[in-house]
Amino acid sequence: MSKGDVIIDARDIVKRYYIGQPNELEILHGINLTVREGEFVAIVGASGSGKSTLMNIVGVLDKPTEGEYILDDVDVMEARDDELSEIRNKKIGFVFQTYNLISRTSAVKNVELPMMYARVPGGKRKKRARELMELVEMEDRMHHTPDELSGGQKQRVAIARAMANDPALILADEPTGALDSKTGRRVMDIFHRLHEERGKTIVLITHSPELAEECERILTLSDGLFIGERKGSGHAPVR
Amino acid sequence: MLLLDNIILALNGVRANKMRSLLTMLGIIIGISSVIAIMTVGTSMTASMNETMSSFGANNITMGVSQKSSKKETMANGMRFEFGPRKQNLSDADYIYESMLDTLMEEYEDSLELCLLECSVGDAKAMDGELYANVDVKGVNDPMLEKEEDLTILAGRLFTETDQKEGRKVCLVSDYFCNNMFKGDTGKALGSEISVLIGDKYYYYTIVGVYEYDASGNFVSTSEEDTRTNLYLPLMTGFEYNHQDPRYSQVTLVTNSSVTDVDTFMKEIETFMNRRFYRNNESYEISCSSMSSFVEELTSTMSTMSMAISFIAGISLLVGGIGVMNIMLVSIQERTKEIGTRKALGATNASIRVQFIVEAMVLCFVGGIIGVVLGVLLGTILSQQMGYESSAPVEAIAFAVAFSMAIGVFFGYYPANKAAKMNPVDALRYE
Repeated sequence: MSKGDVIIDARDIVKRYYIGQPNELEILHGINLTVREGEFVAIVGASGSGKSTLMNIVGVLDKPTEGEYILDDVDVMEARDDELSEIRNKKIGFVFQTYNLISRTSAVKNVELPMMYARVPGGKRKKRARELMELVEMEDRMHHTPDELSGGQKQRVAIARAMANDPALILADEPTGALDSKTGRRVMDIFHRLHEERGKTIVLITHSPELAEECERILTLSDGLFIGERKGSGHAPVR
Repeated sequence: MLLLDNIILALNGVRANKMRSLLTMLGIIIGISSVIAIMTVGTSMTASMNETMSSFGANNITMGVSQKSSKKETMANGMRFEFGPRKQNLSDADYIYESMLDTLMEEYEDSLELCLLECSVGDAKAMDGELYANVDVKGVNDPMLEKEEDLTILAGRLFTETDQKEGRKVCLVSDYFCNNMFKGDTGKALGSEISVLIGDKYYYYTIVGVYEYDASGNFVSTSEEDTRTNLYLPLMTGFEYNHQDPRYSQVTLVTNSSVTDVDTFMKEIETFMNRRFYRNNESYEISCSSMSSFVEELTSTMSTMSMAISFIAGISLLVGGIGVMNIMLVSIQERTKEIGTRKALGATNASIRVQFIVEAMVLCFVGGIIGVVLGVLLGTILSQQMGYESSAPVEAIAFAVAFSMAIGVFFGYYPANKAAKMNPVDALRYE
């Protein structure tokens, strides 16, 4: 795959709820989204604009009612349940606002989890998990449980977990939403590093214009349609 | 690999919620432990019974005189008892005499090997100046001594043929007796004449042998000084005390190997004796019982009892299983977000299902193990209280553990399936 290949190719995405019922609701009205490899894209929008619905569809957690969606050469519309699981496992790395670490297991086990589902052998899994923990500068807290970590630390573990199977796309949903500005900054710096040093494709969903400004391309979503597209700086603000 | 991780995860879960896990497992623990306890008692009982049977001989038939009565009750051991006061004692005509036994032995010479005879003289006190010892005086024939009493001779000898035939005044005493009367000096005891107070008369016997007293099988424990041991006399010597012809209210017959079905043969003898000798006896008849019928009765009582307890345990396990299902449903509800996260990370429905089934199984397995340990402990204490050597029922334990895991699968499947089918979007959004 050469630089510039299309990772996300979504056309005419429509999402409706309560289909056939009197309260039928159309959230997305025909979204077109193309993201190329190595891009750092922000999707901004106020709450209720359809951000979460779009993220669920892009993240293959949900299927659109209508439209076409090719993710890294795989046709999502045609995939069965198990195939969707595999797509999520291998092609997407999720970073959630609320971290979503499994609370009873250690940080490093959380990072191993996607590799476990991908049936990566134990030794290789442990080695890779350690490398990723080093990448997010969490190697000294590998065996702590999430309860023993601060919010910023948890989110760094979550980013390491998202990187576990070296996915084609990192999908971050308000990754700094629950963090103070200082720790939020540190998390954003990691994203920039992944983008610049490793060439990762990142889609960041946020309602914060400042964060969006750090990305290369900013898409504005309003009432289920993209209403604007502009270029961003593509790197962290210089202080 | 995934399975091992799931097991470790589940064990961590059990450890993290100790109280909740324990309460969940309680039904399983109670069910399994009660089954294992009763099984332990059962196998211990059967093991001791088998031992007793082989020491007494499975081929032995006890033939006795019993009262004819319309209100006759057959007890579990085949012996017959009646209610109400005994109307009359055995009269001379009711006893089993030597001549009858001779006839019987002749009739069934192919099947009967030996006839064990005993003449119980009764409790007595052996005296020697200040010293005394309590004894139970018994006249016995040689087969009785060898087959039934199974004595270990420490010094001296058993009875000789002449002792038996002529009814010589010789006796065998226990080492306990020797300790009391001769300060343990068996050499001094042998050949000594001791006076024995039976009723209100003194009798004199010469000690020819000392046997080892076997306290096992003696259910009533007494202090060493009070222990009443047997003092054996030759059979004829025993009868001499009674001033009667040799006669018996009960004898033991030993069958030889040609008899395979002791119970059927026993009935045959019963019929033969009653036709031949007791046809005209209005009050008494002959009845037989055997060790095997006794053990059979006991085993069947035991199995009925364990069936009943197993049934109760089954209900307990069912309730326990429902408890497990309940807690799994709660746990899945609580961990909806975790399930959503796992799905987002690539868990298939199958792997989520396996995770929760394994969790339910581990919960039941731990409960089962605790139940087995408690059950064996309880069973051991119970069987020791009842005086049996305890032995753990290995098969039942294996079955119990397997069964408790099966409960885990059965009652874990529904909640696990519910978790597996969760929509990832809804699960992730759950707070």
